[in-house]
Amino acid sequence: MTWIPEVASNLAGKVDGVLWLITIMSVVFFVLITVLLVYFSIKYRRRSENDETPYITGSEPLEIIWTVIPSILLIVLFVHAFVVYKDMRTPPEDAVDINVVGKQWLWQFDYYNGKKTLNELYLELNIPVRMVMRADDVLHSFFVPQFRVKQDLIPGRYTQLWFTPTKVGTFDLFCAEYCGTGHSKMLAKVVVLSPEAYDIWENGTQVEEGPAVAGLVPAELGEKLYKEKGCNACHSVDGSVVLGPTFKGLIGRKGECTDGSTYTADENYIRQSILEPQAQIVKGFQPVMPSFKGILSEDDISALIAYMKTLN
Amino acid sequence: MEQASMDHTHGHEMDPREAYGISKFGMWLFLGTEVMLFGGLFAAYAIFRAKYPEMFLEEHKLLNREMGAVNTCVLIFSSMTMAVGVTAIQRGKRKLTSLMLLITILCGLAFAVVKYFEYSAKFSHHIYPDTSIFFSLYFMLTGLHMLHVFIGIAILSTVLVLTMKGKFNQKYSTPVELGGLYWHLVDLIWIYLFPLLYLIG
Amino acid sequence: MANNTIAEHVYVPFLEEKKGLLSWLVTTDHKKIGILYLISISIFFTLGGIIALLMRFELLTPVADFVDPHTYNVLFTLHGSMMVFFFIVPGLAASFGNFLIPLMIGAPDVAFPKLNIGSWWIYLIGTVIVLIALLQPADTGWTFYTPYSATTDADVVLITFGVFVLGFSSILTGLNFIVTIHKMRAPGMTWHRLPLFIWASYATAILQLLATPVVGITLLLLIAERTLGVGFFDPDKGGDPVLFQNFFWFYSHPAVYIMIIPAMGVISEIIPVFARKPIFGYKAIAYSSLGIAFISFLVWAHHMFTAGISEVAATIFSFLTFLVAIPTAIKVFNWTATLYKGSIQLHSAMLYALGFLFLFAIGGLTGIFLGALASDIHLHDTYFVVAHMHYVMVGGTVMGFLGALHFWYPKWFGKMFNETVAKIAWFLIFIGFNVTFFPQFFLGVQGMPRRYATYPEEFESLMALSTYGSWILAVGLLLMTINLISGLFSKEKAPQNPYGSLSLEWQVPSPPPHENFEEIPHVTDWTYGYGKKS
Repeated sequence: MTWIPEVASNLAGKVDGVLWLITIMSVVFFVLITVLLVYFSIKYRRRSENDETPYITGSEPLEIIWTVIPSILLIVLFVHAFVVYKDMRTPPEDAVDINVVGKQWLWQFDYYNGKKTLNELYLELNIPVRMVMRADDVLHSFFVPQFRVKQDLIPGRYTQLWFTPTKVGTFDLFCAEYCGTGHSKMLAKVVVLSPEAYDIWENGTQVEEGPAVAGLVPAELGEKLYKEKGCNACHSVDGSVVLGPTFKGLIGRKGECTDGSTYTADENYIRQSILEPQAQIVKGFQPVMPSFKGILSEDDISALIAYMKTLN
Repeated sequence: MEQASMDHTHGHEMDPREAYGISKFGMWLFLGTEVMLFGGLFAAYAIFRAKYPEMFLEEHKLLNREMGAVNTCVLIFSSMTMAVGVTAIQRGKRKLTSLMLLITILCGLAFAVVKYFEYSAKFSHHIYPDTSIFFSLYFMLTGLHMLHVFIGIAILSTVLVLTMKGKFNQKYSTPVELGGLYWHLVDLIWIYLFPLLYLIG
Repeated sequence: MANNTIAEHVYVPFLEEKKGLLSWLVTTDHKKIGILYLISISIFFTLGGIIALLMRFELLTPVADFVDPHTYNVLFTLHGSMMVFFFIVPGLAASFGNFLIPLMIGAPDVAFPKLNIGSWWIYLIGTVIVLIALLQPADTGWTFYTPYSATTDADVVLITFGVFVLGFSSILTGLNFIVTIHKMRAPGMTWHRLPLFIWASYATAILQLLATPVVGITLLLLIAERTLGVGFFDPDKGGDPVLFQNFFWFYSHPAVYIMIIPAMGVISEIIPVFARKPIFGYKAIAYSSLGIAFISFLVWAHHMFTAGISEVAATIFSFLTFLVAIPTAIKVFNWTATLYKGSIQLHSAMLYALGFLFLFAIGGLTGIFLGALASDIHLHDTYFVVAHMHYVMVGGTVMGFLGALHFWYPKWFGKMFNETVAKIAWFLIFIGFNVTFFPQFFLGVQGMPRRYATYPEEFESLMALSTYGSWILAVGLLLMTINLISGLFSKEKAPQNPYGSLSLEWQVPSPPPHENFEEIPHVTDWTYGYGKKS
């Protein structure tokens, strides 16, 4: 178990510096007070009811010292933390903008080249990025512990944060502002790629998944996509209703739509629901599903359908 | 509103002047909390006014200045009658006090009636608390104030009844004064509300 | 001739004056009203604690296998609301403040005894309203942030209205105490002879009086948003969701000082008695209470560093937050210095006071991590905050509350409890508390967010450890409660002043008579004259 997440952004090391400084100062004072408490309690324990105790009511020199020294230390801490904060709030001129939309309960990322991803953020190593963020419904918060960054997403407003990823790897993105039932499930992965790998991702229409994907049969790939693309935030596989209809027993299901028409959940209906979710909404549900056009390939959709067939 | 009381003797009866000072101090503190309560709304007013100056400029014209002015005069007049009432009871003039209290209460009711006409006119023009931020503030501020006018009327009515029953005299008139203080605050809040909502362009 | 002499003054303990439940419900005796509050807040503390145990039980595993996420969200909303509004805000002030203030200043009762019992009834009505709201339980968190609280399908209106009513109780209690302390001190009881618990109660009462109305209007605005469609917090109507946070924390930050300052007052009373030394730096402690209360109004947005406030605002609030650390630190040094060359008896009350010093030091120091801008960005809304707040509220206030219970128990109830069992219970509580909450600092640094019903597997071992700690804590509290309640049934009567305190409340019988003092005392010295050579 690590005491502190790995340092994966340019800001993380600086924030850790602040954390260490405060920790050291705190430990010094804490140990001092604890030692005194224990020492005094033992050394001056009551020996008899007639113990003589000195009538000490204070000591001006001592009180001044222990007011001034902590004040100085606190100012040092404040200034150091402020300087790092200023850096954290000042994106460089050449930072690449990425738009972030948080909504109950998934993350949508829109890149400058028109690409969109859901619940996966693709970044290039050592390139500074500026997240331009908004919420669609309630407050959310973008939090990546390994980058030491956090900022709330607010409906009706843009907020921002910036950082430069300094390590290749996959990192956790948490929603850090309570947003309702799906708050703890509003997770995403931040994938930091080497420049070459990022190029491949940027120019390809499919995600570079590597050997992990190649060996999977469609239903297995479908299950993977169900979890990674955010379907599980709103659709269960156990029959319970979250925000959208459950996938359990979905294939072949018939029912009414909100516009009065009827639907049969065959392959075409599923595909349409993924690409044009507002077209035929099952009655009793809200029109909140985002479109996955450009995010899921036709192969992905087939894989998802294959997975759903295993849930019947 | 109550005299500090000790339940029994053993020589702990409080000196009436002391009790009076204590009650008055308590009332002033309570008025402080009312100021903080309305302060929050006034802060919201300031924040939104700074954000949407044109909205405030445009929409405040839709308010009925005449009715507002009438209400302002009514309240100021009622504060005067209240003050006269307090002085009267301090001189033992029970009947004058009752009369003044009655007039003050009637003024409060008149205020409510005018407000009723104002609100009805707004509603008939389809202006409601959710129509805009300005009107949200208008209804919340005047509505909360109106609630306090009603509380004031209730307090003064109680004081009136007790005055008529002869409970107060030169030596003891604390509830009348405390009621008066409360009424003056209600008046004062309106004196801030009126220009901020109705007049400032 | 026997009939026209002055009746012999017979001592009747206040507990035996006027019997029957009904008399208790309409009593104007501050000592009985304190007991009414004590019983109510203890019941709600227990309920809030059981909810916490349920939450921690769910958190034993990373998945939602005990309750579903929505239920978990309701649980943490209820835990927070009950603990904050039913227990800790009224807390020490309403229970011990009521009991002690008139006794410590040499008065027969508070300034407005009828208002006092009225405050308790308002408190009760407020709690009932919140409990009725459980029919459609809120899942907003006790902080009710918009837009979620303005749109979620739950009875937010009723729960916030209940909290509004509770606020009234707090305001009126504060008002009563301020007037009492100003106007009803015994002759010779100058401001600089007042016990420090009184200074603390005074500072707390100012906060109750001036800060609470702001949460009142905040909740009214939220209710208006849900019922009238008013849009101060709704971006679609031109409002600002973050405005709610500003309004909310304007009260809720001073509120945390309402929670801690009375406990600090208790510590200032216990340590001199059990160390037989005057409090070190009386004026510093007295004035720092007022200083902390004043500055507490200026730091609210340190709860909002990542909420979208400007960098300038964040910097100012961070600076002011560091400022409030100074008077707080001074107090800790003063209390520690009081032990120097003392004659220390480790009575259970003293153990709670020392425990307070240890735990509050941790709580206060970890506040620095959160007041500092760069570190707060990482730690905000993680378990680090949960740990910090519980160290100050439980390690601080609850320890102070339990210490007060053990210290003034003989005086209030006229009985003694089993001191050995009390020490064992203290030990379990102390260990249990640390095992529950210390791991949470590490969870927070590692990035575990708060208010999560399910969580990544890597956090499981520390989360489980925290849950085990909660069981130890629960056992300790249970043992302590059983001990204190059985003491009430013991035959042994408490002496008037078992610990040799110089404070006025210990110069009257245990328990005091209804009117407190047979004759109002004439005070000639402060109450910390231990070791003074006359």
